[in-house]
Amino acid sequence: MLWNEPFSSRILVDTLARGQSLIGDWSGSRMHNHEHNTYTYLKISMDWLIEGMTAFEGDIYYVSLWAAVKETWTKHCDKAEFFSSENVKVFESINMDTNDMWLMMRKAYKYAFDKYRDQYNWFFLARPTTFAIIENLKYFLLKKDPSQPFYLGHTIKSGDLEYVGMEGGIVLSIESMKRLNSLLNIPEKCPEQGGMIWKISEDKQLAVCLKYAGVFAENAEDADGKDVFNTKSVGLSIKEAMTYHPNQVVEGCCSDMAVTFNGLTPNQMHVMMYGVYRLRAFGHIFNDALVFLPPNGSDND
Amino acid sequence: MLCSFQNTLSEMASKSWLNFLTFLYGSAIGFLLCSQLFSILLGEEGDTQSNVLHNDPYARHSDDNGQNHLEGQMNFNADSSQRKDENIDITENLYQQVKILCWVMTGPQNLEKKAKHVKVTWVQHCHKVSEENKDFPAVGLKTKEGRDQLYWKTVKPFQYVHEHHLEDVDWFLKADDDTYFILDNLRWLLSKSDSKEPIYCGRRFKPFVKQGYMSGEAGYLLSKEGLKRFVDAFKTDKCTHNSSIEDLAMGICMEIINVEAGDSRDATGKKPFHPFVTFWYWNYNYYPPVGGPGCCSDLAVSFHYVDFTTEYVLEYLIYHLRPNIYLYRYQATLPENILKEIGQANKNEGTKVKLGNP
Repeated sequence: MLWNEPFSSRILVDTLARGQSLIGDWSGSRMHNHEHNTYTYLKISMDWLIEGMTAFEGDIYYVSLWAAVKETWTKHCDKAEFFSSENVKVFESINMDTNDMWLMMRKAYKYAFDKYRDQYNWFFLARPTTFAIIENLKYFLLKKDPSQPFYLGHTIKSGDLEYVGMEGGIVLSIESMKRLNSLLNIPEKCPEQGGMIWKISEDKQLAVCLKYAGVFAENAEDADGKDVFNTKSVGLSIKEAMTYHPNQVVEGCCSDMAVTFNGLTPNQMHVMMYGVYRLRAFGHIFNDALVFLPPNGSDND
Repeated sequence: MLCSFQNTLSEMASKSWLNFLTFLYGSAIGFLLCSQLFSILLGEEGDTQSNVLHNDPYARHSDDNGQNHLEGQMNFNADSSQRKDENIDITENLYQQVKILCWVMTGPQNLEKKAKHVKVTWVQHCHKVSEENKDFPAVGLKTKEGRDQLYWKTVKPFQYVHEHHLEDVDWFLKADDDTYFILDNLRWLLSKSDSKEPIYCGRRFKPFVKQGYMSGEAGYLLSKEGLKRFVDAFKTDKCTHNSSIEDLAMGICMEIINVEAGDSRDATGKKPFHPFVTFWYWNYNYYPPVGGPGCCSDLAVSFHYVDFTTEYVLEYLIYHLRPNIYLYRYQATLPENILKEIGQANKNEGTKVKLGNP
């Protein structure tokens, strides 16, 4: 919260102007009490084309979230697609026509695979509360083989099952997509209603299906063993570091090559764009043989 | 000890060899004891002297001897800020060219921890660090009133630094503990200026808002010449500290001087008393990003109203996290004179293969 409020109240007043007609009183309580059924779905190919899709549910706060996502990091995707649980014309989202998260996920994966199987090798799914640094994602995937059956993210263990948590974003290789999609049509193996007694979260359901298809979760880490997919925001991660290792706060917090952070507000998305893509210390040069160019049609990076 | 030495001498009546040896032995002891005594005396004096630390965060090898620790438990060496494939030749060069002493406003004892986060983040990139509480007990003197307190808080620090560190550094930065300064960018900015000019950069040129907190002064930057003149101004009473509002002393002095001299960038002799040139304001770096690209510089120098968590967040965003192999839109350059001195630091750029969106 410390990272959140001072900025939003004092400094970032003008940022609201971006989506002011939509937002209203977002900084207060949510206007409606809906469950947030939202995804951002991205694909990366070896041609460096990326797509993102966000599912959006009619809630003013999430309108502003999705607007922020659309205006910030998804511009670094080569292509972004958005999935929503109901039709939202203004954002040109793809209507999944369901409120169930797992159903929505299945449909989204099927849609993406059918449409883009020949064009992309990697598929990245995220929520609109997630901020992703696409260059770091690409850089990370340079060393991975998309023809292998595995999927990446921040993994969580639940009993015997190790699965990639939705919060940090999920990356599937093309091989994993193939296998998943062949199973989606087989209800015994990949049922639409996974839990018998209570509802299982969609990322777990996905993991069960994938495991059945021989696809296993892999935790994405940098060379020092730090997670690159983060389920928390920078501010929250720093706060935790201040509590648990106060003498090595920054070094102990997050990777230099972090790909995702989660739990961001729209304002924080804009701040991250500035903090990641622009703000820097003079004189620090990197001798990169390859470079990613800043995208066209974007002015905040 | 001297006494015993002289007593030993007086025993030297006999010219026997034994006595001579005794004499030698005695004088050796005396010498040792005297030198011990002197070193103790000198040592105490040393403790009241500056606890200024020389810091080179860009040293390739670890320079970690005990005296470099500002506080025992903190890792003062920022070696870890070098990232994979990072080339900091220019940064290091600039670091040697533009020397800045950072003044940490620690405030009263019970608020000292407020400054801790500042000390382990951006302050590590300063050339020298001077700590208010250790070097000059400026605060906590609640019993003293008006003039004295003012003096201790404002003028004394300047005099202290003037006395001890004038020749070591080129610029003097005094900052609040709720700011974050990007020293590399400040050095870049200052590389175009001359510290032999009387330059003062104030944080605010507005009426000071009293915060009710002891170290609530505005931070500021002084050139070497600026510091000299300021100290002189107080010595000769051109600036007085008779104000009953303690926090305003420095601000008032500066503002009075500025008003008198006008807001001119040029050091002219128009007015009889014109010790300072107001150069540039913090205000354009007052706030972090607000929407569009035109707002804030990629190479912003400072941020204000920064809370503890954000100190570390900024440190992480600026010196650690980066979009790998991303080509920044804005490429800054150094002024000609610095470039010549550095030489071909960028020689190994090579050819870049560009990927990404056409």
